[in-house]
Amino acid sequence: MFQIIDKKDLAPSIKQFVVDAPLVAQKARPGQFIILRIKEGGERIPLTIADYDTQKGTITIVFQEVGKTTKELGTLKAGDYLADFVGPLGKAVEFSNHKKVLGIGGGLGVAPLYPKLKMLHENGAEVISIIGAKTADMLIMEEEIKAVSDKTYVCTDDGSKGRHGFVTVVLKELLEQGEKFDEIIIIGPPILMKIGTEIAKPYNIPIMVSLNPIMIDGTGMCGGCRVTVGGETKFVCVDGPAFDGSKVDFDELMKRLQTYTSEEKLALDKYHSERGACKCHQ
Amino acid sequence: MPSINRSKTKTPMPSQDAKLRSKNFNEVALGYTEEDAINEAQRCLNCKKPSCMEGCPVQVQIPRFIKHIAEKNFESAISVIKETNSLPAVCGRVCPQEEQCEQKCVLAKRGDPVGIGRLERFAADWERQQGVKIPDKANPIGKKVAVIGSGPAGLTCAGDLAKLGYDVTVFEAFHEPGGVLIYGIPEFRLPKEIVKQEVDFLKKLGVKVQTDMVMGKVLTVDDIFEKGYEAVFIGTGAGLPKFMKIPGENYLGVYSANEFLTRINLMKAYKFPETDTPVKVGKKVAVVGGGNVAMDSARSALRMGAEEVYIVYRRSESEMPARKEEFEHAKEEGIIFKFLTNPTRIIGDEKGWVKGLECIQMELGEPDASGRRRPVPIKGSEFTLDMDTVVIAIGTGPNPLLIEATEGLKLNKYGYIETDEDGRTSKEGVWAGGDIVTGSATVILAMGAGKKAAQSIHEYLQGK
Ligand SMILES: Cc1cc2nc3c(=O)[nH]c(=O)nc-3n(C[C@H](O)[C@H](O)[C@H](O)COP(=O)(O)OP(=O)(O)OC[C@H]3O[C@@H](n4cnc5c(N)ncnc54)[C@H](O)[C@@H]3O)c2cc1C
Ligand SMILES: Cc1cc2nc3c(=O)[nH]c(=O)nc-3n(C[C@H](O)[C@H](O)[C@H](O)COP(=O)(O)OP(=O)(O)OC[C@H]3O[C@@H](n4cnc5c(N)ncnc54)[C@H](O)[C@@H]3O)c2cc1C
Ligand code: SF4
Ligand code: SF4
Ligand code: FES
Repeated sequence: MFQIIDKKDLAPSIKQFVVDAPLVAQKARPGQFIILRIKEGGERIPLTIADYDTQKGTITIVFQEVGKTTKELGTLKAGDYLADFVGPLGKAVEFSNHKKVLGIGGGLGVAPLYPKLKMLHENGAEVISIIGAKTADMLIMEEEIKAVSDKTYVCTDDGSKGRHGFVTVVLKELLEQGEKFDEIIIIGPPILMKIGTEIAKPYNIPIMVSLNPIMIDGTGMCGGCRVTVGGETKFVCVDGPAFDGSKVDFDELMKRLQTYTSEEKLALDKYHSERGACKCHQ
Repeated sequence: MPSINRSKTKTPMPSQDAKLRSKNFNEVALGYTEEDAINEAQRCLNCKKPSCMEGCPVQVQIPRFIKHIAEKNFESAISVIKETNSLPAVCGRVCPQEEQCEQKCVLAKRGDPVGIGRLERFAADWERQQGVKIPDKANPIGKKVAVIGSGPAGLTCAGDLAKLGYDVTVFEAFHEPGGVLIYGIPEFRLPKEIVKQEVDFLKKLGVKVQTDMVMGKVLTVDDIFEKGYEAVFIGTGAGLPKFMKIPGENYLGVYSANEFLTRINLMKAYKFPETDTPVKVGKKVAVVGGGNVAMDSARSALRMGAEEVYIVYRRSESEMPARKEEFEHAKEEGIIFKFLTNPTRIIGDEKGWVKGLECIQMELGEPDASGRRRPVPIKGSEFTLDMDTVVIAIGTGPNPLLIEATEGLKLNKYGYIETDEDGRTSKEGVWAGGDIVTGSATVILAMGAGKKAAQSIHEYLQGK
C-alpha cells in the first residue's frame, strides 16, 4: 500500500498527489512514469512522474479526471492509500550537452514537461517554454515552469490568459523568426504533438515527444502499447515514452486510443450512477 | 490388498457440459470423486521398474502415491507426491501428461495409460479440502536469498530454500504473484484460488512476497546484493510477445495473446464493468497459433461471447504443440480449426478496426530443424476470413528488461540466460531457471529448474 501524503487541486479536474514510494523515488529520472491501481479490481493506469524527491522518498503525479479511474482517483484524500504504485517505468530521457531548448506543454502535458525542463535548467541549458491550456483556470504548473525557464510564453485557447491561441502558434513564430534550438520537446494531447511536429520538422531540429497509449503491465509483456516509429513497431512502455516525433505515426496512436471508447463510457456511467446512489456523497 | 481394475480405458473425468461451459469461466474438468480415484488407481500395476517415472521431469514417485490412493490412504498419497512436487494441484491440471508420465506408462501400449495427472490432482484437491497442514518452520540459517519472478520456477525455488531455513524474498513485477499461472492460464483450466493457496502456503513457510517490484527498474541485481542478499534466482519467464510482422498488426482489435489473456485473467475483464479493465471481443475471432496459449485464447474468446472462433495454424493437426486434452476440449466447445493456413495480412476498415484476415494455404514439405515437416505456402491460394478480432499466439521471447539492467549475465544467441546444469549463470551468486533459460516450456520443467537451483544455491551458501 502506498500513502498519499499531499493533495492539491491545480485546476478544475486536474489534481496533484505526492505519494510515499521511497523505492520508486530512489530510481526515478525525468521522462519516466509509474503505473498505479487504486484498489483490488481496479485498472492499472500510467501517469508520468511529474517530480520526485529522493530524500523524502516521494513521487509527485499530476492527473486529469477524464474517465472512471482518474475520477475515482480524484476522490482520494491525503492520508488515503493506493493499492499499487509501480515504477519507475520507461526509459529516462537524456540530453547531450544541450545549450538551448524549447519546451512545449499543452494541457496536462505541462506536468511531464516539467521534470525534463528542470533537469535541463539544472544542467545549465537556456530553457524557453511555451505552455498552454483551454482556459486560464485550466493552466497548470505555471510557476514551476517559469522557475526553470529563461523565458515562458503562456497561451490559452480562449484568450483568457496570455496569448490567444494554441501553443503551436508561438512555436511557429519562434521558428520563423529564426530561433535555433538543440532540441524541441513537445508534450500534450497526440494531436498537439502531431501538429507541433509538422510545424517544426522542416527546421531540422530534433523533436522529442512523449507518447501516451493505453497500457497494462508497463514492462513490455503485453504489446498493447505498441506504436509505429520510423516504420517499426515499438513498445512505448519500455522503448519510450519519449520518441523522435518526426518518426511517430500519430494517426495510428490516436486511433488506437479509441479502442475502448464505448467501454470507458459504460464504466463511467456505472460509476456515476453508483456514486449517485451512495448516501455519503449526497 | 486393493483389487485390480483391468479396464483398458481411463476412468472418465466428470466435466462441465460443453455448451454450458463455453459461456462461463468455471473450471471445465471437475475432478475425480473418491470412488473414481480409487477405481482409477486400481488400474496401476505397481511396476517394479516404473517407466512412468522416467517421463516425469521431477520424478514423482508415481506407483507409490497411486498405491496409497488405491488403499484409500489419501494423506500418504499427497505426502509422497509432495516429496518431489510442490505444486501438485497445478501440475495435475496442466502438465502435458500425454507426453510425459502417462506416455511412458506400460498400460499405454495396450489402451489408456493410468490417469496419473488426474490422480495427482485428486490427491492435491483432497488435501486442500482437509486443510493443508503447515510443516514446522525450519531453523533459520540467517542468510537471505532473493527470487525474481513468481512463476512456477521462482515459487518452487523459494519454497525449497525456505524449507531449508533461508530467509527468502520473492520480487514480482505484477500486483499478484503466480506468473503465467495467474496471468496466462485461464480460470476455467486452473482456478486462481488454487494458485493463491499455493502462494499462501509458501508465505506460511516464511517466504516474503513483494509485488509491484519491476526488477531492473526499481532495484537491480547488484542493489539486491548490496541489501545483504547472498544469492539471487532469476525466474522471469519468457514474456515478450512475438508478432507476425505482417501488415495490419496494429489495427484496433488485434491483440497479442499475452495482452488478451492478461486482460481477461489477471485484470478479470470477464467481470467488466464490475472490474475496471475491459477487453474487446467481437463476433468473429481468429486466433493464430497452435499451442496451449492459442487454445486458451480461443476458448476465452468464446466465453467472452464470440459467436465464431477460429484457430488458424500453419501446420497440421498432428504437429500442434497444445496439450491433447485442451485440443479435445476446444473442439467440443465448437472452436473451428483451420489447419495448414497462414495469415499474410490483416485487413482493416477506415476507422482502423480489423475486418478480415487474409491467409494463404500451406502444404507440408521437408522436415525442419524441429523435426516437424516444414509448412510451405501454396502459390495463389490466398483467401480472406471475415474477422473482427485477431489474437496472435505465435510464441514469446525473453523479456530484456531485467537482463539489460544486469551486468555480467551471459546470454545465448536468442537472448535467453545461459546457465549450467544446476542453473548457475555466468554472474557470481546468480542462478536462473524456467522459461527465461529454456524459452517457453512447461510448468513442470520450470519447477524442476527452480528445484535444482535451490539445491545448488544451498550448496553454494553452505560453503560460504
Ligand atoms: C506513459 C503515460 C504517461 C501518462 N501520464 C499522464 C499524466 O501524467 N497525467 C494524466 O492525467 N494522464 C497521463 N496519462 C494518461 C492516463 O493514463 C489516462 O488518462 C488514464 O489512463 C485514463 O483512465 P480513466 O479510466 O480515467 O479514463 P478512461 O475511461 O480509460 O478514458 C477516458 C478518456 O481518456 C482517453 N484515454 C484513455 N487512456 C488514455 C491514455 N493512456 N492517454 C491518453 N488518453 C487516454 C480515452 O480515449 C477517453 O477519451 C499517461 C499515459 C501514459 C501512457
Ligand atoms: C496461456 C499459456 C498457457 C500455458 N499452458 C500450459 C500448460 O497447460 N501446461 C504447461 O505445462 N505449461 C503451460 N504453459 C507454459 C508455462 O506456463 C510456462 O512454461 C511456465 O509458467 C514458466 O514458468 P516460469 O516460472 O519460468 O515463468 P512465468 O510463469 O512466466 O513467471 C515469470 C514471472 O516473473 C515476473 N517477472 C518478469 N520480469 C520481471 C522483473 N523484471 N521483475 C520482477 N518480476 C518479473 C513475471 O511477471 C511473472 O510473474 C502455458 C503458458 C501460457 C502463456
Ligand atoms: S508432475 Fe506432471 S509429469 Fe510428473 S507425474 Fe505429475 S502430472 Fe506427471
Ligand atoms: S508405468 Fe503405469 S502401470 Fe506401471 S507403475 Fe507407472 S503408472 Fe503404474
Ligand atoms: S504496456 Fe504492455 S507492453 Fe507496454
